[in-house]
Amino acid sequence: MLNLSCPLPRPVKDRILLAHGGGGRLTNQLIEDVFLPAFSNTSLNARHDGAMLSAGGTQLAMTTDTYVVHPLIFPGGTIGDLAVNGTVNDLAMCGAKAIALSAGFVLEEGLAMKTLQTVVDSMRDAALAACVPIVTGNTKVVDKGKGDGIFINTTGIGIVVAPNTLGPESVRPGDAVLVSGSLGAHGITILSVREGLEFEGPVTSDTACLWPAVNALFEADIPVHCLRDLTRGGLSSALNEIATVAGVRITIEEALVPVSDSVRGACELLGLDALYVANEGRFTVFVAEEDVERALAVLQTQGVSAGAVRVGTVYQRSSGIVTVRSRIGGNRVLDMLSGEQLPRIC
Amino acid sequence: MCLAVPGKIVTITVEPFFGLRMGKVDFGGIRKEVCLDYTPDARVGDYVMVHVGFALSVVDEVEAHQVFDALRELDLLEELNDRESKEIRR
Amino acid sequence: MKFLDEYRDYAPVQKMAEEIRRVATRPWNLMEVCGGQTYTIVKTGLQELLPEQITLIHGPGCPVCVTPIGMIDRAVATAMLPEVILCSFGDMLRVPGSTQSLFDAKARGADVRIVYSPLDALQLARSNPGREIVFFAVGFETTAPANAMAVWQAARERLTNFSMLVSHVLVPPAMEAVLASPESRVQAFLAAGHACMVTGYEDYLAISKQYRVPIVVTGFEPLDLLQGVLMIVSQLEEGRAEVENQYTRAVRRDGNHAAQQRVAEVFEVTGRAWRGIGDIPLSGLRLRKEFADFDAEVRFRLVLEQAEESNECIAGQVLQGLQRPYDCPAFGTRCTPDSPLGAPMVSSEGACAAYFHFGRRKENVESLVSLAAAR
Repeated sequence: MLNLSCPLPRPVKDRILLAHGGGGRLTNQLIEDVFLPAFSNTSLNARHDGAMLSAGGTQLAMTTDTYVVHPLIFPGGTIGDLAVNGTVNDLAMCGAKAIALSAGFVLEEGLAMKTLQTVVDSMRDAALAACVPIVTGNTKVVDKGKGDGIFINTTGIGIVVAPNTLGPESVRPGDAVLVSGSLGAHGITILSVREGLEFEGPVTSDTACLWPAVNALFEADIPVHCLRDLTRGGLSSALNEIATVAGVRITIEEALVPVSDSVRGACELLGLDALYVANEGRFTVFVAEEDVERALAVLQTQGVSAGAVRVGTVYQRSSGIVTVRSRIGGNRVLDMLSGEQLPRIC
Repeated sequence: MCLAVPGKIVTITVEPFFGLRMGKVDFGGIRKEVCLDYTPDARVGDYVMVHVGFALSVVDEVEAHQVFDALRELDLLEELNDRESKEIRR
Repeated sequence: MKFLDEYRDYAPVQKMAEEIRRVATRPWNLMEVCGGQTYTIVKTGLQELLPEQITLIHGPGCPVCVTPIGMIDRAVATAMLPEVILCSFGDMLRVPGSTQSLFDAKARGADVRIVYSPLDALQLARSNPGREIVFFAVGFETTAPANAMAVWQAARERLTNFSMLVSHVLVPPAMEAVLASPESRVQAFLAAGHACMVTGYEDYLAISKQYRVPIVVTGFEPLDLLQGVLMIVSQLEEGRAEVENQYTRAVRRDGNHAAQQRVAEVFEVTGRAWRGIGDIPLSGLRLRKEFADFDAEVRFRLVLEQAEESNECIAGQVLQGLQRPYDCPAFGTRCTPDSPLGAPMVSSEGACAAYFHFGRRKENVESLVSLAAAR
């Protein structure tokens, strides 16, 4: 059965819907209504992607994520790559260099050993490329029908290397918004292998470790204000979250947003907006206007951010909003989606 | 309604069973199987408008320029008007 | 992408807008019929480029929005049958029925699948002989040929496990219904370019003559829409009321014969209820008796309770262009994409959803106006 996120559910309050996992409005509601009240503490309540902890004078960051993607293996990667890179990247977004990962597996009875081997091999390769060891783990098996082949949880610990606090609080009117490369490759790749929507083409997932690019910025002494990876909900989700917390207007120039021809073709065909499509190897950087040239030059020296460009600017406003100036010069608000985009015929 | 997108026909096949005229259409590098039964005159290299997996119209490449010709005419008219008003002022 | 990008370029678009400003001397109300056109207008902020006197009213050309609530209920009930795989276009899944949408049904265990084309549903039928494949066939004239082919092909292959739930609607009757309303302010139409690829535009001659309205068959890119507006405004300023074709690269006067033929073989015209508007005679399509075997309503004979619409929803007024989404008291508060009360809030190009999504809430209009002024 297809794993589709529910985009616009009725407010069925008594049960979990797919949209609760979409990363948008309903996910946030779930966190606020159920998890935060139960687990409340300073680190958690700050609601960063990674928790900042202090241990014997050293600043550490810790993050966890669970991967439920389907299909398990796709052009350019596997659920394993996503699990390793995703957590390493979350730590990087906190300005932390990952030093160790754990990996928890929930396997479905009947899963082909060959599939598991492929996934694990890709995790080994991704961990090597990221220079992070997987130091501990756990495996459970559930009855056939109770899982989707494989679910993976990875938890990562990192040492904070960033010289200043990174986050929406550090974003200022006048800041420039950069992205590390072209958008939409991962989400479109997943769609390309989904039953009922298949198409061929040079699309592969962009899953990658972002640490070298982030670290290059720190090593060049570029004052970074905020970093965010562009996973579920794409660039739109990331910018909306930042704009809301920072209380600013972020305006994107549509003509500057980089999208490859094939991602573009797929988006046109299926009626999707690339600004909402998931990425697994892309991030946004907020820097002061005077640091833009240098930041882009540094990013472009790293393979994973070779396509870095500026896409927008931050402006003063009384409350958070993200707008897009279209190619033809008109304006619109880039709203947060409730769940995943669906292909449309209209 | 009606998201229809222009794509270029790259191959035309006849489906193994029951002879539906199918082809591969290219959209910026993405290729999708499309039914070409409603555009029997379409050839490889033609652009077709595709809606839910069916080609519904062959793009008329000459007509595609008409709006740009119209704009050029507007430019010419403007030029003429400018010249006229300069003459009148003299 | 060829035949798309050129129609989105800044310079030609500005030039066309400039010409409209030169030609328009009085206020005019134009309706763009097709939801896809509404989507482009709101997504690109096209209205900002038009002079103040030109008002674009958004029409009922969103088959998702106008699908009767009872039909959604029927699709949901059919999907809940254990042997059924219900296939649908993505747009339909979020539309609320009397109590739930197809997505809610999925959460409760129904096998609901998104497909890009009805041919994909046909393929599912071939590869799942033990299951009943039901395709939710909605759309205007643009989609009818595809749905017709699927049934025709199923008949040729003698498939016994494929059927369609048909809820097709036709554009010209909707336009007439809009014009016939005593409160209508519509003075001209930007007709649905993609529907006309199939039907041609002969049918519009009678409407244009009877109601004395200009009708211009228009494409979907910013340059197309602006040229369509220019052609309409020129007609209105000159007191003409004719049918013209802006979308000449894709639309021919007679339309697509092969497509029209197949549709006529498989479907016949019938009256349909339009959600938010009511019954419009001869405004839809149903399967011909010869294809009754492929009619899911006949195959499953489900008896359903009377459908109930929210009484807060002013969809009918919005769909006919009599009110703007933000005129509705529930807009953005009790009615949002998360919890829609009516259809135009659900479809990605329903006027209410487009307005909400692209920020045309009254408080955001301010923000956008100052952005426009800052240019």
